[in-house]
Amino acid sequence: MVMGDLVIEVDVAVVGGGPGGYTAAFRCADLGLETVVVDAGTRLGGACLWEGCIPSKALLHVAAVLGEAERAKEFGVDFGAPRVSLDPLRKWKSERVVGKLARGLASVAKGKGVEVVGGTAVFEDSRSLRVEGDAPQKIRFKHAIVATGSLPAPLPGVSLTSERVMDSTAALELPDVPERLLVIGGGYIGLELGQAYAALGSKVTLVEMLDGLLPGLDHDLVQPLARRCEKLFVKIRLGTKVTSLREEGALIEARFSDGDTVVFERVLVAVGRRPVSAGLGLETTRVRPDARGVIAVDDRCRTADPAIYAVGDVTGEPMLAHRAMRQGVVAAEAIAGRPAAFDNIAVPAVVFTDPEVAWCGLTEPEAARAGRKVKVAKFQWAASGRAATLGRADGLTKLLADPDTGRVLGVGIVGPGAGELIAEGTLAVETAITIEDLAATIHTHPTLSETLMEAAETLLRGT
Amino acid sequence: MPRPFALPDLGEGLTEAEIVKVLVAEGDVIAEDAPLLEVETDKATVEIPSPMAGRVAKIHVQPGQTVKVGAVLVTFDDAPAGARAVPTPAPGPPAPAAPPRAAAAAPLPAAAGEGPVPAAPATRRLARELRVDLRTVRATGPGGRVTDDDVRAAAGAPRPAAPPAPAAGARLVPGRAEPARPAVAKPLAAAGFEPPPLPKFEQWGPVERRPLSHLRRTIAERMTLSATLIPHVTHFDRADITELDAIIRRNVEEAQQRGVTLTLTSFLLKAAALALGEHPQFNASLDPAAGELILKRYYHLGIAVATDRGLIVPVIHDVDKKPLLDLQRELAALAQRVRDGKATLDDLRGGTFTITNIGALGGTGAIPIINYPEVAILGVARAREEPVVREGRIVPRILLPLTLTFDHRVADGADGARFAAAIVRRLERPEQLLLDW
Repeated sequence: MVMGDLVIEVDVAVVGGGPGGYTAAFRCADLGLETVVVDAGTRLGGACLWEGCIPSKALLHVAAVLGEAERAKEFGVDFGAPRVSLDPLRKWKSERVVGKLARGLASVAKGKGVEVVGGTAVFEDSRSLRVEGDAPQKIRFKHAIVATGSLPAPLPGVSLTSERVMDSTAALELPDVPERLLVIGGGYIGLELGQAYAALGSKVTLVEMLDGLLPGLDHDLVQPLARRCEKLFVKIRLGTKVTSLREEGALIEARFSDGDTVVFERVLVAVGRRPVSAGLGLETTRVRPDARGVIAVDDRCRTADPAIYAVGDVTGEPMLAHRAMRQGVVAAEAIAGRPAAFDNIAVPAVVFTDPEVAWCGLTEPEAARAGRKVKVAKFQWAASGRAATLGRADGLTKLLADPDTGRVLGVGIVGPGAGELIAEGTLAVETAITIEDLAATIHTHPTLSETLMEAAETLLRGT
Repeated sequence: MPRPFALPDLGEGLTEAEIVKVLVAEGDVIAEDAPLLEVETDKATVEIPSPMAGRVAKIHVQPGQTVKVGAVLVTFDDAPAGARAVPTPAPGPPAPAAPPRAAAAAPLPAAAGEGPVPAAPATRRLARELRVDLRTVRATGPGGRVTDDDVRAAAGAPRPAAPPAPAAGARLVPGRAEPARPAVAKPLAAAGFEPPPLPKFEQWGPVERRPLSHLRRTIAERMTLSATLIPHVTHFDRADITELDAIIRRNVEEAQQRGVTLTLTSFLLKAAALALGEHPQFNASLDPAAGELILKRYYHLGIAVATDRGLIVPVIHDVDKKPLLDLQRELAALAQRVRDGKATLDDLRGGTFTITNIGALGGTGAIPIINYPEVAILGVARAREEPVVREGRIVPRILLPLTLTFDHRVADGADGARFAAAIVRRLERPEQLLLDW
């Protein structure tokens, strides 16, 4: 077939089938706009489903089960040493988890009449793009939504191409359980995957350039996680850089900025993610990504080009799937002429480690940087009945409120289930309720959710 | 970084607009969506909101100036660090005081705190819909939280026509799939009193809610204004146009050779313009505040044109001074521009009197509503051959039914009858063409 033989005319062309892309496409279809998704893998789900959130949570669930089994010894239950078989684990992850969800998305797309075109989208101008790949074609659109997401960033200054040096995508394939694993990066990806591999049996060393894990986050929330990591990992090297990686037979020799050299079977590079905006032909439009590749958008997800919108990781931090999904809805509604805006106050963030860390809205370090007065309540889970029954008294629920109005400004939680508990905090911040509202709402006893109510009561009593 | 803001596409094929008011001053720091300018388009005055937050560095236009779509109106600078947006005054009555609540702080404007305005997402969406700047809303909720009612109170009486709505769409109620082409429904401008609430029609069967198009909204508002403000009175008459019809038929070919399709409408225009010269109170506007009648010494006549989008009234200037064939030619070109959606602002304004031809689709007559702020409108129904008694004999004659609606504040029944007769006389005795036309 000659390029350009086939021209599709649509209302909206969505470039990228990740959470931002498919959410936007589905909403467009709901609003009666003819919509097509161009995705390099001819599939919906993006990095989130195929090589990110979902497979990593599957592995972390395995890690949690192993951790619980280990803890059960405390109350007299011993399952013996676990035996992990990688083939069934991989199969479960890719077929029963990822595959099942992917089929679900594909059938939703079909039901809504959203076509998924396989290939690389390259813009030719503000009204059309060509799809390069097995079935080249051209798409003319009234509006386009760029939802190309992000890719793992390479380690700056260190170039070694080896299958033993993995990014998060490769690590989630679970090629094997290396005896010794070096995790470079103390952010959420490094911590989550480091813990998953540690639970499966690897001796994990974690190296972080800055002087703490989850840099920039509230120390109160990081502390319980850091203590747990100290137990799970062989060594945590803070304030340390990797200056070189060298392949030595079946081993990788890593040299650190403090002069040490250590050998590992595998290395995981988890130093952040970079937006994917190069190679899209955006120079033929009025969209101009910045030096990092970020496409700037306004609160309606509009770019500098009136016909082109952008959502998700390609629009910069925070690179989170749920932010992308909300942006996708906003972009679709804005295109349909509705008064939508991404004016969300709270974008919750969760680190799915053991213990989980979750927060939303204002954090204490942010309030301090902005010179903003806040009232802070900390409720230690040692006083929670439910936490005691779980054998997990190391958690903490933290509440930030406006001193004049009592409005809930931020919530931080560390402990098992924090990722689920943060939803109530996010609702509180987003809908601008007060600590009185939170304290006067009945919370189920005995649950961990009571800790939010207890924290609010602490503030109400002024103690 | 200076950022220019140009006149956006105003819809309905308009390519230009007249600046009515500039609502900001150079140096003002304004919020996004704060009112920037008022411009006048075909029939409505439109408020243009600011597309961005920032400092107004330069204003490039002044009231009275006509600007084309794409012309730069205002240049913005980034607001200096720490600068706070000037809150735009909220229209409408002040919000009612909050009921006292023990544990909550006293009600205060939402903008008093730092950071985003405390309001639930649905309330924020409502504010966008009603074009209310949340920072200006007086909050009555606990902790300075803005409620839906606060936003509605700040919106006050529904505001005049907002910028053009996107393509018209429809919303089905209840619980049915949303069809294509969504649009935003906005309340019509109020007309003096609040209409009572509508019953819930869904209780009797399925209904469909369809937002009004920009043009439909404009027509609705103008007609409500005219019908509620002006005491209308209508005078009926008929003109025997047998001779005029014969003249038109005899000259059709001659005119065709000059590229003009001769119709009755050009004669109607001419007859009305000349009759208006004799009866100037019908070529006028009433200024009730001043207690004066403004008599216009020019004869710009509007012709109602039905388009698939709705009624539009383009205006032919100086009808009294133009030769008949020129009028006919201009009329054809104007009607075409209107139907193509390419009429300019000049094509649509400055009218002093309107003619509406309702004959094309049949019927025996209709009572038109005055095109505010004019004083009178002439409705013309279909001409028919009818039996007429002349000197004791029945003869076939072609009769044209006319309805003259006029403002009873300005003229009385006898004046209307005389003015109508002046039009009829010219249509019945076309030989007067030689004398007057």
